[in-house]
Amino acid sequence: MTTVELEVPAPEIPALEVRGARKAYGTHRVLDGVDLTVAAGQVAVILGPSGSGKSTLLRAVNHLDPLDLGYVRVFGELIGVHERRGRLHELSPRQVREQRAGIGFVFQNFNLFGHLTVLDNVAEGPLAHGRLDREAARKRARELLERVGIAEKADAYPRQLSGGQQQRVAIARALALQPRIVLFDEPTSALDPELVGEVLAVIRDLASTGTTLVVVTHEIGFAREVADVVVFMADGRVVESGPPQQVIDAPVHARTREFLAKVL
Amino acid sequence: MSSTVDSSTADDAVVARPSTGGPAARPPDPLLTSRVVPRRRVGLWLATAAVLVLVAQTVNGLVTNPFYAWDRFGYWVFRPVILDGLVVTLEVAALSAVLGFAGGVLLALARLSRSPLLQVVSWAYVWLFRSIPIIVLLLFLYNFTALYARIGLGIPFGPQFVTTRTTDLLSAFAVAVLGLSLNEAAYAAEIVRGGILAVDAGQVEAAHALGLSPGRLFARIVLPQALRAIVPGYVNQLIGLVKSCSLVFYVSVLDIFGAVQSMSSTYPADIIPLLIVATAWYVLLTSALSVVQYYVERHYSRGALRTLPPTPLQRLRAAVSTPAQRASRRDGVTA
Repeated sequence: MTTVELEVPAPEIPALEVRGARKAYGTHRVLDGVDLTVAAGQVAVILGPSGSGKSTLLRAVNHLDPLDLGYVRVFGELIGVHERRGRLHELSPRQVREQRAGIGFVFQNFNLFGHLTVLDNVAEGPLAHGRLDREAARKRARELLERVGIAEKADAYPRQLSGGQQQRVAIARALALQPRIVLFDEPTSALDPELVGEVLAVIRDLASTGTTLVVVTHEIGFAREVADVVVFMADGRVVESGPPQQVIDAPVHARTREFLAKVL
Repeated sequence: MSSTVDSSTADDAVVARPSTGGPAARPPDPLLTSRVVPRRRVGLWLATAAVLVLVAQTVNGLVTNPFYAWDRFGYWVFRPVILDGLVVTLEVAALSAVLGFAGGVLLALARLSRSPLLQVVSWAYVWLFRSIPIIVLLLFLYNFTALYARIGLGIPFGPQFVTTRTTDLLSAFAVAVLGLSLNEAAYAAEIVRGGILAVDAGQVEAAHALGLSPGRLFARIVLPQALRAIVPGYVNQLIGLVKSCSLVFYVSVLDIFGAVQSMSSTYPADIIPLLIVATAWYVLLTSALSVVQYYVERHYSRGALRTLPPTPLQRLRAAVSTPAQRASRRDGVTA
């Protein structure tokens, strides 16, 4: 595995590579052979009707929902598994935790730790991995809260914040481990309409810093404006993908047109 | 209550608005400045009076009935023999509470683990020890020495490195603590499991996404939030434990109940005062636990509630403050 990484010149390694991803719950095929590549520094937006497998795909990337078949590479590194004599073997939990530290994840329902202050939520990742001491972790947390525009709420508890503020804290928490790729699972779906803008602004700002982002969303306007690649999924497959001008404004497939007609 | 004094600023503002806004000054509407007169609740007053009479009768009975022998209560309540018993009760209860809770956490984790064997063992333990009355369990352990004369540490089914006589290992005190802990762990396991299940699954997912180790995930994320649901049930259980300690008398450990029992066989005339002494101490212990419960619950509700409710002390201070202070506070808020 390591030798492969060394042979391939760095710029060509995609930030995210999904190959032949299959997953079924009982007889229901959630992912039915998904291939996806996102280049480093790009923003990929995944669109599709509910039940199309978008969230499952995203959760497979950081091994929250492992695949039945197929594999995920993040910056060339297989996630949750390693290759030995042509077969994939499960990694140890410790190795999986180490990999997850390099992959930020933002949940639809924020999932902030309710009993910890905003500051402690953001400081938790670096502390848990022993990367920073308490003082340094809190300092970085403050900087990140500053960046998402919510520094004054550092000592509040998550439930004392609005949904938009909570999601911005969740983004800061995901960034605290300095991941090279951040996954967003419908980050604005649980928000009141007037709070969507502030969260999208933070993501847009993040996109401009060169971090690779994969965003599952229903915000078509955001996709058109920020995405480098738009991926349209339906029934556990990628129906079409390409730049937003192509997929959103001139879709080739009937399924894509049908979906866009409903949401636009 | 006269309303015009302490709310004058707010009311003036309301009355003043039409005169500044419109050209024609309308006469002030009296309904805007009158507070609602509360209903007279006759039934409530009658019930209160009836309860007052009953309380007075009870207190009178307690004080005037010579059989309570309050002077003897005064004689016994701080006797060294009683206080020694109290210390034993506290020791047995504290040790059993700690060991029982630790065992309960392990049992709960085993029950929630992915291993079917651990699940079954945990379930069977809870099933068995919840089925055995504590007194039976204690007497069984007390006679354990007859069942296994020697006990040793070594390779299972193989040679043993250290062996000792069971009687040396299991003093009466150890039997008492062991028995109560085994029983306590079974109940604690269910309370802890309930608390863990009450924590939102999203919390665990978020911890996984950050790559937290299982130990840190449990100690830092799950347990603190589970404790909010655990504490009320577990303090209930602890209060039961304190009172169950009276059963250790039957395995020859003299706790406070044992002390009272042995004294009342020596001084039969003092049975009632001695029982009251025991009651008074149990009430005190239970009250202490209730106070601790209040503050522990408050501690673990940080973040779960938007604002913490005031402590009883804060409420008391608010209640005894003068009307003038209250009025100034209210105006401070409304202004």
